[in-house]
Amino acid sequence: MILAAGEEYNPVMPHVAEIIIGLIAFLLLLWVLRKFVVPRFEKLYEERTAKIEGGIEKAEKAQAEAEQALEQYKAQLAEARSEAAKIRDDARLEAETIKAELRAEAEQEASRIVAQGEAQLQQQRAQLVAELRADLGRNSVALASRIVGESLEDEARRRGTVDRFLTELDAGADGAGARN
Amino acid sequence: MGALVLAAGDEFTPPTAEAFNLPPIFGWVTKPMLLIVLSVVLIIGFFLLSSRKLSVVPGKGQFLVESFYDFGRNNIAREQIGSKDFLRFLPLILGLFSFVLVNNLFGIVPILQFPTMSHIGFPLALSVLVVYPVYHYAGIRRHGLGGYLKHQLVPPGAPKAVYILLTPIEFFTKFIMNPLTLAIRVFAAMFAGHLLIMLFGISAEFLLLHGDGITKIFSVFSFGGALAITFIEVLIMSIQAFIFALLSANYIGAALADEH
Repeated sequence: MILAAGEEYNPVMPHVAEIIIGLIAFLLLLWVLRKFVVPRFEKLYEERTAKIEGGIEKAEKAQAEAEQALEQYKAQLAEARSEAAKIRDDARLEAETIKAELRAEAEQEASRIVAQGEAQLQQQRAQLVAELRADLGRNSVALASRIVGESLEDEARRRGTVDRFLTELDAGADGAGARN
Repeated sequence: MGALVLAAGDEFTPPTAEAFNLPPIFGWVTKPMLLIVLSVVLIIGFFLLSSRKLSVVPGKGQFLVESFYDFGRNNIAREQIGSKDFLRFLPLILGLFSFVLVNNLFGIVPILQFPTMSHIGFPLALSVLVVYPVYHYAGIRRHGLGGYLKHQLVPPGAPKAVYILLTPIEFFTKFIMNPLTLAIRVFAAMFAGHLLIMLFGISAEFLLLHGDGITKIFSVFSFGGALAITFIEVLIMSIQAFIFALLSANYIGAALADEH
């Protein structure tokens, strides 16, 4: 191998000075890393982990809340629906009752009116009959007295004649009514 | 490269180990010593400045720093030591990784242009004086002296007769070879790499200056070779730093492990 001036250089033999300087330099580096750098990074990682975990937790909570709210809304909606159906049913039922009541009332009113009318008719008829009877009596008597010339002032006789005539008339009318 | 002086004549002198014997810059201070100090200043500055204002949501710059930190933390330390204990050793692993990486990369930085780890004293300081005591101390504290020796030297599961052979081998590996191979691995890689780059660079220069006629053209190939080797060196420098930190973490993890 090529020689140099003075001693020959052997690369495998370490220089003591280099070992000492290398060691001191590295220990200094190690001290700085241990004291400052690694704690800073580890603190950052812890913060990051905490933040991510916190974020996940928060998201989970929010989701749970949202689900709960959804459930609640669904329940409320179902409740509202069933209530609406119930109200509709009730309304229908009530409408029917009202209709029936109205009908019954109307029927009652109608029959009342009919009955009243009938009663009125009966009354009027009776009145007419009575009036006619009196008129007829008087007219008959007047006519008869005029025809017969005979005074029928006599109370007893007049009554008897008229009554007989009326009875016959009634019988005739009744008989005709029955026959119809 | 500047350290190597070309022969004055037409004779080509390849770079040798002597190229690593750098003269002191002043007093007894040599270039590698200055580089070691520079690397520590750079790494400390980088980490302190970048970790000054860390935010939970990282920006672009912080993302890069975090990627580097995470690589040392998760891919090396936690993977090898286990999530229970790795935080205690994280500064050490992170320091080894960044320290070796930066000092290796000095080999391709213009002007600096010297991989500090190609002087064996530096990797030896790390492996023999830092990693070696740390993993044995951690193991002894975890298992007690006797428990630790048994744990390291008598791995369970082998037939009894095998231990006659196995225990000395385990002792040789774990108490003698591990720190040495750890240091020699990165030293040899950096030494050879630097030598290769020098060889290509010097031959390119020699061909260009001293080649006659057509041989000057071959200087281009030599120069191209130097470039290619430089790129490969970047890869090797990174891998060696990674391996150094990984194996250190692995030794610690093995010393702490409950079962073999």
